Amino acid sequence: MNSEELRRLKRRKMLNSIMHVIFLACTLFGVVVLAILMLDILRKGIPWLSLDFLKNFPSRFPRKSGIYPALLGSLWVILLTALIAFPVGVGTAIYLEEYAEDNKFTEFIKLNIANLAGVPSIIYGMLGLAVFVRLFSMGRTILAAAFTMAILILPIIIISSQEAIKSVPSSLKQASYALGTTKWQTVTGVILPYALPGILTGSILAVSRALGEAAPLIVVGALAYVSFIPKGPLDQFTVLPIQIFNWAGMPKKEFQDIAAAGIIVLLVILLGVNSVAIILRNKYQIRMKD
Amino acid sequence: MRRIEFEGKERMNRLEKIVKVILTILGLISIFTTIGIIFSLFEETLMFFKEVSIVEFLTGTKWTPLLEPTHFGVLPLVAGTMLIVVIAAFISIPIGLGSAIYLSEYAPKKVRKILKPVLEVLAGVPSIVYGYFALTAITPFIRNIFPETSVYNALSAGIAVGIMTIPLVSSMSEDAMMAVPDSLRNGAYALGATKLEVTKDVVIPTAMSSIVASFILAISRAIGETMIVAMAAGSTPKLTFNPLESIQTMTGYIVQISMGDVPYGSLAYKTLFAVGTLLFLMTFTLNVISRYFVRKYRRAY
Repeated sequence: MNSEELRRLKRRKMLNSIMHVIFLACTLFGVVVLAILMLDILRKGIPWLSLDFLKNFPSRFPRKSGIYPALLGSLWVILLTALIAFPVGVGTAIYLEEYAEDNKFTEFIKLNIANLAGVPSIIYGMLGLAVFVRLFSMGRTILAAAFTMAILILPIIIISSQEAIKSVPSSLKQASYALGTTKWQTVTGVILPYALPGILTGSILAVSRALGEAAPLIVVGALAYVSFIPKGPLDQFTVLPIQIFNWAGMPKKEFQDIAAAGIIVLLVILLGVNSVAIILRNKYQIRMKD
Repeated sequence: MRRIEFEGKERMNRLEKIVKVILTILGLISIFTTIGIIFSLFEETLMFFKEVSIVEFLTGTKWTPLLEPTHFGVLPLVAGTMLIVVIAAFISIPIGLGSAIYLSEYAPKKVRKILKPVLEVLAGVPSIVYGYFALTAITPFIRNIFPETSVYNALSAGIAVGIMTIPLVSSMSEDAMMAVPDSLRNGAYALGATKLEVTKDVVIPTAMSSIVASFILAISRAIGETMIVAMAAGSTPKLTFNPLESIQTMTGYIVQISMGDVPYGSLAYKTLFAVGTLLFLMTFTLNVISRYFVRKYRRAY
């Protein structure tokens, strides 16, 4: 090897090291941003967090402001959303994986679901406004919001449930059929119990996405200012992200910090919901090893 | 005894049929959803085009639907959206690809195990939080450097949208690169290539179409992103390429109108759906192109 070749080799190796550092920096960029974002929000929001903040209504006075109606609104919307989306999503997944014939039409349904997953959330809001609020005359209610959100997260639930159902070993299914069971008995007795943790994990993640969504509900017509507690699905409402959006847009600096307090509450709820999904996933993985 | 068993079977068969019908109906809901989206968007849009010519809508350079004299040229909203998309792409594409390369090719297993969940958390943060971050942290930072920047500006929102779409690019590209067979890598290593050379001459070209698909999907996501731009980009539709100015995107307009009290059936109400239709068609086209690229890759392997 002459000196020219050696120099070239050295340069190639150095270039590799430099790029190694750059790629690492790219990855760490996300970590650093996440850290800055969290610290910034905690720093601004924590001084405003208190039990009163959870129990109070929004107010013109920063000190008296709270998120109680938004919190309840979010809970109402999310519970109804889950109630609507879960059975429909899991049912669709069972249909596609176990019942549907392998033909062009089934292909089309699958393609359609993939397309729906890519539609911007605000478009679902317009669907909700035109169909649920106007056509079905539900008005700007919790019910219309829940239907809109359910349609929005359906593709996610369907796709993750399909994955979970696909992961059921066919030996288990064949064993069940060999005992003379019908398809539905195999689905309820073998496939669903085995796939349930996976289905639940995916569904919980989908619901947590709905918890953070604001855009479609603004279009559906959540209220900007709520001075009452929603008592049923036909009441008007607001949700946490929209309340945060409103506070953040106010000129007074205090309200922006209250928005940060609202974000902390939202993130804590999301963290709780996601932990359930993670615990389920871990339990599932342990069972897979047995 | 035999009769009972027979009846049981009969009942089971009936149940089986009912279940199949119910599940088929559930399977059709997704199709109804698509029909619903198209119907609800296009109906009002057609009504809109009865009052405003489609040529004015698509080529007009002024968007003042609520102020006299009214103009219905959508280009300022499209330009605002594009400005956000370009800024976001400048962040999400290089950083997303860089971290995908690191996680797939360079990272030791242990490091990967720690960093990957962090990126997943980044993907799970609601967009309202990024919007807040843009408005209260990124904007003041930019104004420190360029004091003439507006409080609401495209740059701040674009950066936040870019950060939000990094995990999308990185996880999709990483999956594609992880799927490249090791035999190809080892072949290149055997020829004396460095890791960088293996990555740029073997792994990336092989995974190229899925990587491109992830870029297109990130752009589509940026076009449809709503809360960040509604909070940080402003609400002044204008044809500008200056990222330090206040602009308005298509999604930002939809939010602004929805927040106000627009009477049902008014022209302003219809503009909502005209803009929504354009937004839907743009993201739909990009998603179809993105899927075409993913398929191309699958066919190759």
